[in-house]
Amino acid sequence: MQLLPLKETIAAHVCDGARVALEGFTHLIPFAAGHEIVRQGRRDLHLIRMTPDLIYDQLIGMGCASRLTFSWGGNPGVGSLHRLREAVEHGWPQPLALTEYTHAELALAYQAGANGMTCGLMPHHTDTDLDRVSSSSRHTLSCPFTGRPLTAVPAVRPDVTILHAQQIDTAGNVLLRGIVGAAREAAMAAERLVITVEEQVARLDVDLNAVVLPSWVVTAASIVPGGAWPSYAHGYYPRDNRFYLGWDEIARERSVFTAWMEQYVLGVSDHAAHLRMLGVAT
Amino acid sequence: MTAGAHDYTPDEIMTVTAARQLPNGAVCFVGIGLPSAACNLARMTHAPDLVLIYESGAVGTRPTVLPLSIGDGELADTATAVVPLPEIFAHYLQRGRVNFGFLGAAQIDRYANLNSTVIGDYAHPRVRLPGAGGAPEIATFAGEVLIIMKQTPRSFVPRLDFRTSCGYLTGSGARAATGSPGLGPRAVITDFGVLRPDPDTEELTLSALYPGITVEAARAATGWPLKIAARLETLPAPSPEELRVLRALEASTREAQARPVRITLPAAGARAPN
Repeated sequence: MQLLPLKETIAAHVCDGARVALEGFTHLIPFAAGHEIVRQGRRDLHLIRMTPDLIYDQLIGMGCASRLTFSWGGNPGVGSLHRLREAVEHGWPQPLALTEYTHAELALAYQAGANGMTCGLMPHHTDTDLDRVSSSSRHTLSCPFTGRPLTAVPAVRPDVTILHAQQIDTAGNVLLRGIVGAAREAAMAAERLVITVEEQVARLDVDLNAVVLPSWVVTAASIVPGGAWPSYAHGYYPRDNRFYLGWDEIARERSVFTAWMEQYVLGVSDHAAHLRMLGVAT
Repeated sequence: MTAGAHDYTPDEIMTVTAARQLPNGAVCFVGIGLPSAACNLARMTHAPDLVLIYESGAVGTRPTVLPLSIGDGELADTATAVVPLPEIFAHYLQRGRVNFGFLGAAQIDRYANLNSTVIGDYAHPRVRLPGAGGAPEIATFAGEVLIIMKQTPRSFVPRLDFRTSCGYLTGSGARAATGSPGLGPRAVITDFGVLRPDPDTEELTLSALYPGITVEAARAATGWPLKIAARLETLPAPSPEELRVLRALEASTREAQARPVRITLPAAGARAPN
């Protein structure tokens, strides 16, 4: 595990064309890392995430991605991800190829990747048109023991998974706490694992069954306080629901979106400056 | 014209009607929006032991404000357990531990199949919708499904643009023939009343209306020739207690969502050891 400033971590581990999973289900979404990818002008990424959320709306709208693998692409409780929609509906700023799963399927695909399996198996859910349009992402077969129908999904193994976490200790072990989504599975499926954290501590304060990623499975880490904002870090700051509601207006029009990204992401050197400019941190 | 000149809104009577479908002690897989309001209203009124499961991993959660997203911290703080997301689907839903699942969609057909993926052609959509999420699994594995949707000719359509999750497929036992473990959608709660599947054909049939709503209005809001049950019920209006609890919940939610978030960064030069 290497502890580096975020700029160096992203420069070293996210290259053009990579399959990249920024995970965290509503909670612990690595916004700071996503913004650094935008600042470094990465192109042609294959983005993977269960819920693309605002961070992929931003990456897609800034032209960083050519493919998206996902299972639910909205602004939760608010509505559309307008930049995602515009890329799919109008090819702006560039076309975006989609690979669609259901939540259970994509969680299983990460699990299969993490387990060293080539595919994952689950009981078949009743026929949907997803079988028709994303036929390479699922296959129906019979259980060899009972003959019952099963769905197989191919393993997802990102080139790099990026997570935000609460703590890292001085030995480089990483703690995630609260709603963990499929972060653990996405981490263990990846070729490289990059972590941003709220803080470094001498010793992790954990129960025995906590989600701890041992330092030797972590490729690189950066200390980025507030790095999940406007999502949240349980125990540090809550989800900024006001920002999520307000994003609808920012992202609706190309020009408003682009101006916002230029001012608040490209126009600042790092995440702390981003938070200060928006008045979230002082 | 929907709920008309009453002292409640169409959303309120939909939410209250949905809440009343949930018996105390049931295990319910909850979605964001009206389903979340309905489930929490039920828990705060007639069903205090309702077990709410959110797909983010919160099991047995008892939020005091409604979450905006499916994974707000409030859900984790008030939960019996918070489990990784793959376990929510595998251990709880697939394993048959969920009695009720709630779904909504952009389009529904007469057999309660749902579209939440695209309007128009898949490859060149007119509107790209969020997609499947957990809906196909909820539709298949929940003991029964409740659907909440506003009824308009644009959303109650003769033919779906895309089938994201299944109701009764082509009806008359087609769903059961696939071996699907859940019973399927037992009620569609709209802003006009409640539709239920016909016992034989499984076609959605208008079975109840809200006070002051006419059959003609419900028919005009449906994109196929809507069948009417032989015995059409009139549903009771929301009680003052139901409205009081629902409005208090929504007021505290609005207040919580308007609260600014402030993050304290470590002072410059005091960055953690490197």
